[in-house]
Amino acid sequence: MRYLPLQDGDRAAMLARIGAGSIDDLFVDVPEAARFEGPIADLPMHAPEMAVERQLAGLARRNLAAGEAPFFLGAGAYRHHIPASVDHLIQRGEFLTSYTPYQPEIAQGTLQALFEFQTQVARLLGCDVANASMYDGSTACWEAIGMARRITRRGKAILSGGLHPHYVSVCKTMARFTGDQLATGVPRLDGTAEQEIARLIAAIDGETSCVVVQNPDILGRVADLSELAEACHAKGALLVAVVTEPVSLGLIRSPGEMGADIVAGEGQSIGVGLNFGGPYVGLFATRERYVRQMPGRLAGETVDAAGKRGFVLTLSTREQHIRREKATSNICTNSGLCALAFSIHLTLLGEAGLRRLASLNHARTVTAAERLAALPDVERVADPFFNEFTLRLPKPSRPIVRAMAARGVLGGVSLGRLYPGQSALETGLVVAVTETVSDEDIAALADALGEALS
Amino acid sequence: MSINASGWKPNIGDGQGDHERPSFTGNRALMLEEPLIFEIGDTERTGVDLADAPAANAVDRLGALLRSAPIGLPGLTEPETVRHYTRLSRQNYAIDLGLFPLGSCTMKHNPRLNEKMARLPGFADLHPLTPIEQCQGALALIHLVGEWLKALTNMPAIAMSPKAGAHGELCGLLAIRAAHEARERAGGAARRTVLVPESAHGTNPATAAFCGYAVESIPATGDGRVDLAALKAKLGPDIAAVMITNPNTCGLFERDMIAIADAVHAAGAYLYCDGANFNAIVGRVRPGDLGIDAMHINLHKTFSTPHGGGGPGAGPVVFSQALAPFAPLPFVEKQGDRFVLVEEETAQAEHHGDAFGRMVAFHGQMGMFVRAAAYMLSHGADGLRQVAEDAVLAANYVLRSLEDVLEAPFAASGPCMHEALFSDEGLADGFSTLDIAKALIDEGFHPMTMYFPLVVHGAMLIEPTETESRATLDQFIGALRSVAERGKAGDPTLQQAPIHAPRRRLDETLAARKPVLVWREQPDAAVAAE
Repeated sequence: MRYLPLQDGDRAAMLARIGAGSIDDLFVDVPEAARFEGPIADLPMHAPEMAVERQLAGLARRNLAAGEAPFFLGAGAYRHHIPASVDHLIQRGEFLTSYTPYQPEIAQGTLQALFEFQTQVARLLGCDVANASMYDGSTACWEAIGMARRITRRGKAILSGGLHPHYVSVCKTMARFTGDQLATGVPRLDGTAEQEIARLIAAIDGETSCVVVQNPDILGRVADLSELAEACHAKGALLVAVVTEPVSLGLIRSPGEMGADIVAGEGQSIGVGLNFGGPYVGLFATRERYVRQMPGRLAGETVDAAGKRGFVLTLSTREQHIRREKATSNICTNSGLCALAFSIHLTLLGEAGLRRLASLNHARTVTAAERLAALPDVERVADPFFNEFTLRLPKPSRPIVRAMAARGVLGGVSLGRLYPGQSALETGLVVAVTETVSDEDIAALADALGEALS
Repeated sequence: MSINASGWKPNIGDGQGDHERPSFTGNRALMLEEPLIFEIGDTERTGVDLADAPAANAVDRLGALLRSAPIGLPGLTEPETVRHYTRLSRQNYAIDLGLFPLGSCTMKHNPRLNEKMARLPGFADLHPLTPIEQCQGALALIHLVGEWLKALTNMPAIAMSPKAGAHGELCGLLAIRAAHEARERAGGAARRTVLVPESAHGTNPATAAFCGYAVESIPATGDGRVDLAALKAKLGPDIAAVMITNPNTCGLFERDMIAIADAVHAAGAYLYCDGANFNAIVGRVRPGDLGIDAMHINLHKTFSTPHGGGGPGAGPVVFSQALAPFAPLPFVEKQGDRFVLVEEETAQAEHHGDAFGRMVAFHGQMGMFVRAAAYMLSHGADGLRQVAEDAVLAANYVLRSLEDVLEAPFAASGPCMHEALFSDEGLADGFSTLDIAKALIDEGFHPMTMYFPLVVHGAMLIEPTETESRATLDQFIGALRSVAERGKAGDPTLQQAPIHAPRRRLDETLAARKPVLVWREQPDAAVAAE
């Protein structure tokens, strides 16, 4: 077996040193009823590299990759071009095969990169501090609600109807067990983001821990959150802003600038591929005064015994391995390698590159929106938008998406899939347009959509 | 705009130790200091050539939503970026460089075939909301990994979506709580307490508390195992679950596991098993045969997906028949030749009324499933059994090669499993486990897990894994023997270690007392440079 260095001679010599007659002697503590003899039936035996590659490549071929089709899917995961150097650098063994930096003297590479990541994320989201990443945007969103509960000592959170339905579902799952009360809603195709904000403001009361609002929202709408932030603060509540498309922040004012107290985000669209939904990287940032209530790992600056600058994991008294049942969260890991990819991609872009990338995304999207809204009986319902907008079709969108996919066009995400059973939303189609989309792709989508509707 | 006009100069320290020669750069040959991106980049510089920016009026419709203030994000060109991160990488220890014996972490070789497979466009460039007919291969892969894990554990059901071990624990406990709530609806009494052994990982009590349970500790016996009599005395109508790690964090198999399961079930509670140490028994013991109800499996441990400097991991959870109806959404089902993704709550209501909702957006750590699949298929059922045997053999080899020089508190009770546990007993006054660990760094090894489990004073927990040669094990044993002898003799140079690493011991107290969590330009430095 190519991954196992010990040879039979080694094994015999090692057993002799141990004083054991056979390998079975090392498993004597296993109760006899649970000793499993021989390899498990129904599973294949070991296989050469070439055979494994052939089998898995066969499965990969049964999927329609984004790059093989005119591609317009978003709704929380976005396809951007990732420079080749990003993947090269994260595959360096010193990053790929290292552990959580518990021995900082020999983990400065990871720790400095996390410190840089934290600074980039804090600046991008417009906050004082950020942590070293979370599992993904949906779990970061839930952790923000828990943090708001700890800070305000209130247990009622109001979730915007524009929040990604999977994020709402995650929060509902968790709240069922923690006892948090959640007021949730669904988006309205006939409403504006401003109307939703007005609804949220009217719902805030003295029991509200936080309002959770996504910007751009699930329909692609962008809003100014400043008034909502003021309304939250006037009632002693916090504003939690969720960002699922961080490239938007190259163009749009950050949630922190608009007054958000906690920003939770999905970082996938910078540096991390689509990966069928994971691994991704959760972003989490807040105000300096709340840092001790923040979940997740933190890298901090310090000095070594010789006075040199260095970095360590810090404020671990919040964490489970020290606090056990009193920890701020049970989280043990972060999404280190994805955070590194995010950070490298953002370093390659720099501020000028990010701004240009965001402008290109927006301009492409405007072109696509105008083209598609010109189709008969198709109406665009979200404005303003960044790189994603919603169309209202004259018939349910889910079969339309399937019909377009059958002819090789991945034409958007149907609200029918995201909101099963919500008949008011079943005609909605969410279309995302990034810099990877060509004019030919837009024409192909217009043709496919027109044909599917006819 | 330059973010740091001053340029950064490393402080080369006070010259103590082994490198008192003057240095202009602070570098020492291949050991290269590297400033922060904020100190070398600037906001106009970029390493990405994009199409020309669109006309300014293209963004008109965003109006007052447009950013006006600078963000402060430095950019670097590609050569500068590659050099920055390559230099940083060289300040890390890694499995690719040497033995990484962190107990309970299973730092084994990460096969590169896994990486290649995870990057196939059909997996890596696949959107999670791709229509079901266009992602049949991805669903088949998730199903394949699930079937392997069920077969290896002899458990009937699995939830694939949890993102990490601790997230899997949460999933298991939530299913247990949902099962109890269903019983309560049928007239059962509420159960409020979870029992956790003293030696458990910190995530266990943290998870139980998150799920709303009180946590009580179970004492250990003198030979490092759960005290069955004490456990039985604590079991009662208020106990919802017992969380046991097996093999446990002392590196020992819980001999009474079947008796524990029987007692737990007789008391109406569920048995959660922390599967962090599955590597020791994979292919030789199926946890379902021990009577457990739920167990998470760290794909980044037993199934070799890379740790990546702290994630991403993956923590699928297997369930017994009793808990299977309570597994979370979404899940993959095979219907004839076709795979379907059960994700909508309405579909759930039809067939799976007890399932609780989502734990994550989308479907879990697909990239990790592909890597784990490559690993499983490569090893096969026979190779995985050999993995467990070689891992246990290597740990016992370390244990028996060092028990004469380091105190091994449970060595007399028999063999260990995949990790060897020592204590700090016998070190000279003023010398600690920390000194031993830091001295190992100077010997070119990553230290063992220190001060865990908490039940042993100054614990040193060593997990060599099956992917080390005998020559490497012998060198590690020799190095640890030498360091331990110096610690017992009170060699003061040990307390200076490490002296050859990129940094000396770091001041963690300072870091926590005055947290500096983001870079801010030092106004003094900018002035001084002019």
